[in-house]
Amino acid sequence: MSTSFDGDFQSIMIRSALNRIFGMLVVMALVVTIVFVIVRVTPGDPAAVMLGPDATAADIASLRQRLGLDASIPEQFVSYVGGVLRGDFGQSIFLNMPVTSALMQRAEPTFFLTIFSLAIATLIALPVGVLSAYWRGSVFDQAATALAMFAASIPSFWLGLIFMQVFAVQLGWFDTSGYGGPGASFGERMHHLVLPAVTLGLISSALITRFTRASMLDVLNDDYVRTARSKGMSEWRVVVKHALKNALIPILTVIGLTAALLVSGAIVTETVFGLPGVGSLIVSAVLRRDYPLIQGALLVVAGLYVLVNFIIDMLYLVVDPRVRY
Amino acid sequence: MAAIAQSGFREPNLLMKIASRPTALIGLLVIVAMIVLALLAPLISPYDPAQLAVRDRLQGPSWQHLFGTDDLGRDVLTRVLYSGRTSITVGFAVVIFSSIIGVFLGLMAGFFRRLDTPVSRLIDAMMAFPDILLAIALVAALGASATNVVIALGVVYAPRLARVVRASTLVIRELPYVEAARALGVPTHVTLVRHVLRNVTSPLLVQATFIFANAILAEAGLSFLGVGISPDIPTWGTMISVGRQYLDQAPWIMWFPGGAIIITVLSLQLVGDGLRDFLDPRLAKDV
Repeated sequence: MSTSFDGDFQSIMIRSALNRIFGMLVVMALVVTIVFVIVRVTPGDPAAVMLGPDATAADIASLRQRLGLDASIPEQFVSYVGGVLRGDFGQSIFLNMPVTSALMQRAEPTFFLTIFSLAIATLIALPVGVLSAYWRGSVFDQAATALAMFAASIPSFWLGLIFMQVFAVQLGWFDTSGYGGPGASFGERMHHLVLPAVTLGLISSALITRFTRASMLDVLNDDYVRTARSKGMSEWRVVVKHALKNALIPILTVIGLTAALLVSGAIVTETVFGLPGVGSLIVSAVLRRDYPLIQGALLVVAGLYVLVNFIIDMLYLVVDPRVRY
Repeated sequence: MAAIAQSGFREPNLLMKIASRPTALIGLLVIVAMIVLALLAPLISPYDPAQLAVRDRLQGPSWQHLFGTDDLGRDVLTRVLYSGRTSITVGFAVVIFSSIIGVFLGLMAGFFRRLDTPVSRLIDAMMAFPDILLAIALVAALGASATNVVIALGVVYAPRLARVVRASTLVIRELPYVEAARALGVPTHVTLVRHVLRNVTSPLLVQATFIFANAILAEAGLSFLGVGISPDIPTWGTMISVGRQYLDQAPWIMWFPGGAIIITVLSLQLVGDGLRDFLDPRLAKDV
């Protein structure tokens, strides 16, 4: 009998996973379509817009051909999707290199900035959120909630500039901008990431703190927590082993999604601190109207977001047997 | 039926109940004050926001210039007030534009079963793009202008509103008075507007308040990056961008517009939280 139950359970799990994979593929297909459409909503000829007012008709025609804009829209779409499926996101107009190479070259600062920011945000938000829920209504809770709301109201670029003014300009502890030059060691490069990572980490911690608090409040009143307490278990064990363990799934979700969203925060923060990452590459691509590069960046970032979402959903499926898709 | 239609989210004295929460009341008063200050900018400040006074450039805060002057000798307080007009107007326009798209998509997905899956997948796909990234891509495609910033941010935030409207519509669709309206042969568009839309306004209002706050932050970000509204029009974002170049000599150029953004966004968040707590008593109890 238990074998039949296990078999049913497994088939439900597999069906749920397949449903979710199908859903993810549909969303990815729509993401690719949206990215394709964005450039086509440009008023006038995108090639003319990219080259600016001084371009000759021959230059425009040549770029149109290079970008495949002289083909019909359905043909362009098929060609674009084909390229994306092969991992070819096109050629950057101004950098004159494949978009994937341009993104890869700039990936290091963005990758470490995201990792450090996420680590800072989590290290602040988890304990603060847990204690805030545990001491609900206390001065600590009210202060933490107010601070989280305040942090969510600060523009990241402004906070970055304040940190730069205090810690770089006045105290001289850090360089105001850059990534340490071409010959810089790993340690020097990471030193340049301290201020940007603290800036992004502090702002991201607001969302994670609020989620952690809400998730903990949900579970702290549950029966099993009360049972654990009535059995004489220490408060520390009750909070960490029983409550936090169960509250962790939604918290991990928001941490995962914050990781994907940090790339967006990196766009502004990298510009403030002059970091040569993907974020500042996107801004320069926008200012130069380098559409293939903008499209490639959009696709990579949105793809990462969809992927992170998918991985989290799959983890849900494994961790919580009640979850169905 | 009419009694049921009037129940649900629609409660009398909404404003009074929000005002009964001190933090929400403070938020409401501050946001009203910010709007009034922005509207009365020409009366409050004796200076012109574009008036150049190179001799007075980079002066610190004083009685003559409470917030100091910028790189071209312009009064920073005056520019903060005038920028507030742009930033708040853009934020409000984004709320209106995103509400129109979001309500339409949400009602369609929630009310018509056949449209639910395709519209919901479209919403999921739109929400896969981080707001600033999608907004700068759209502004890059459409061209930098205040109208295009509103369109871009409207498109970015519409899916969030659509989700909220869809969720409420799914519940309302099954309520007896909507079924009764259908049975009585009330045309679908009338049912949608009179019975469904009226009852999704409160959750919509909560989400719209948060979108107002996010739109102000996002617009400031776009202007700061130089990919938003024309630099000739004062906005809090462009002011910070200018102040960035004078961080060591005149940091006040970026202090005050940043402070204005924080105060406005924080106030809107407080109002949004107050609204949400009032409309969802379970959450109110938790908070």
